[in-house]
Amino acid sequence: MTFNRHAVAAIYRFEMARFGRTLLQSLVTPVITTSLYFVVFGAAIGARMNQVEGVPYGAFIVPGLIMLSVLTESISNASFGIYMPKWTGTIYELLSAPVSPPEILLGYVGAAATKSILLGLIILATASLFVPLEIQHPLWMVAFLVLTAATFCLFGFIIGIWSNGFEQLQFIPMLVVTPLTFLGGAFYSIDMLPPVWRTVSLFNPVVYLVSGFRWTFFGAADVDVVASLAATLGFCAVCLVVVAWVFRTGYRLKQ
Amino acid sequence: MSPILTVAQLTKTYASGLKALRPIDLAIRKGEIFALLGPNGAGKTTLISVICGIVTPTSGTVTVAGHDIVRDYRAARSRIGLVPQELTTDAFETPWATVNFSRGLFGRPKDPALVERVLRDLSLWEKRRDRIMTLSGGMKRRVMIAKALAHEPEILFLDEPTAGVDVELRREMWALVRRLRDRGVTIILTTHYIDEAEEMADRVGVIHKGELIVVEEKAALMKKLGKKQLTLTLAAPLAAIPPALGDWSLALKNGGTELECAFDAREEGTAIPALLERIIRLGIAFKDLNTRQSSLEDIFVGLVSERREERP
Repeated sequence: MTFNRHAVAAIYRFEMARFGRTLLQSLVTPVITTSLYFVVFGAAIGARMNQVEGVPYGAFIVPGLIMLSVLTESISNASFGIYMPKWTGTIYELLSAPVSPPEILLGYVGAAATKSILLGLIILATASLFVPLEIQHPLWMVAFLVLTAATFCLFGFIIGIWSNGFEQLQFIPMLVVTPLTFLGGAFYSIDMLPPVWRTVSLFNPVVYLVSGFRWTFFGAADVDVVASLAATLGFCAVCLVVVAWVFRTGYRLKQ
Repeated sequence: MSPILTVAQLTKTYASGLKALRPIDLAIRKGEIFALLGPNGAGKTTLISVICGIVTPTSGTVTVAGHDIVRDYRAARSRIGLVPQELTTDAFETPWATVNFSRGLFGRPKDPALVERVLRDLSLWEKRRDRIMTLSGGMKRRVMIAKALAHEPEILFLDEPTAGVDVELRREMWALVRRLRDRGVTIILTTHYIDEAEEMADRVGVIHKGELIVVEEKAALMKKLGKKQLTLTLAAPLAAIPPALGDWSLALKNGGTELECAFDAREEGTAIPALLERIIRLGIAFKDLNTRQSSLEDIFVGLVSERREERP
């Protein structure tokens, strides 16, 4: 046995079944939230705003909103997926099974990413009911979506392993990720900011994600799309290195 | 026959500095039931956890059917099934789903017929579609056993299988363990219920403070360390032990109405008839007689307290 495909399939199915049980809160909630954003930002405020980068404001916020949901849901799903067996103790089975770290990752992160991508597409469909949308680079759009989902699911997986309690599970998403996403240009172009804050924004990784994703829709971006891609791939690589270290040392998994 | 599991010079020191296992050497024979006895905190669970891959050893090696548990972990682990001590199950899954999950996790293709057999064996078939959280504690334990058996392991570890389990389920567990042994599964169980080891095991290992102090055939251990005690209830009290009985280690109890004699289990068969014959010849009348053989419990308590005296 060189690759335990049955294990990957088992973990993947297990996680997808878990999502299936929580379908309502995991898919309906984001759709409702997104709809509210459109009502508030798109219709109420957006009606009084000019176009941004030549795009009507309602449409302008769509890529950012999708990214925002994909980011937070990826982190939350993947962290919960690996934290739960740690918390209930069922992780013993995973640790005693003939599975390698890449197989574990493929199962857990693969399932969480699948859900995030589905979610992104559902929000996109919801958005298209509110504003006319046109996607200039659909293949790149999908590529960005998949890459972002996978990267932040990896990040979530790390948080799930690091967490020793439900508070910690919420800590990073609340204290770090939410501010970064809100300041990440989901609702505005960073060109609208004063120069100092613009420079500061360039240190926010979410800016690159949102900007790159927006480019696939409208062909215009705050930062070069190559830089966006490089930043995302870079963060993905960092997460992979951390995960590799976790499995090598057994950090918070094994004594 | 080469052992199915070999533990060599295995140690584990936790990050806290606790030496859970001092060098342990152990060989488990294929097809046997091996009982690992020891008080709480003796290192039973640590030993099992290292073998199963849940705890990283500090030094030493473990091989399962010739496969090193670190270098060749896939081959080693796919042969092992583990039922941990704690009741840890998924709350929302069904027995059917969770047992199939376990089978897949251990690299085996789907086999609904086999999963059905495992569930029926454990009287879980009727409950297969219920959420695990709705099952009783005994049922949950059976679910865990079913999970461990889902990939048809050659070695099954049962860590305190009957802790907190009612008498009926305990008997069922014992019957199950015997059935598994009959199918050729090697079983290693930990317990601090000594009657369980006495009832089930072919061999017994006693672990104390991370050291394996005895590994022995159960029968041989009982024979070697076991004591037999004869108590005679006398018709009339004796004031003193007659000198003619000086060859035996006797004691008068209960104001001279009971005569107690301790034998080594080794003397079994000759010593008791000889003593009785002598007593009758001396005209000492007795109303009742009672013999008692020391249980593994007595042996175990003896071993551990001996150890305490040696290393305070």
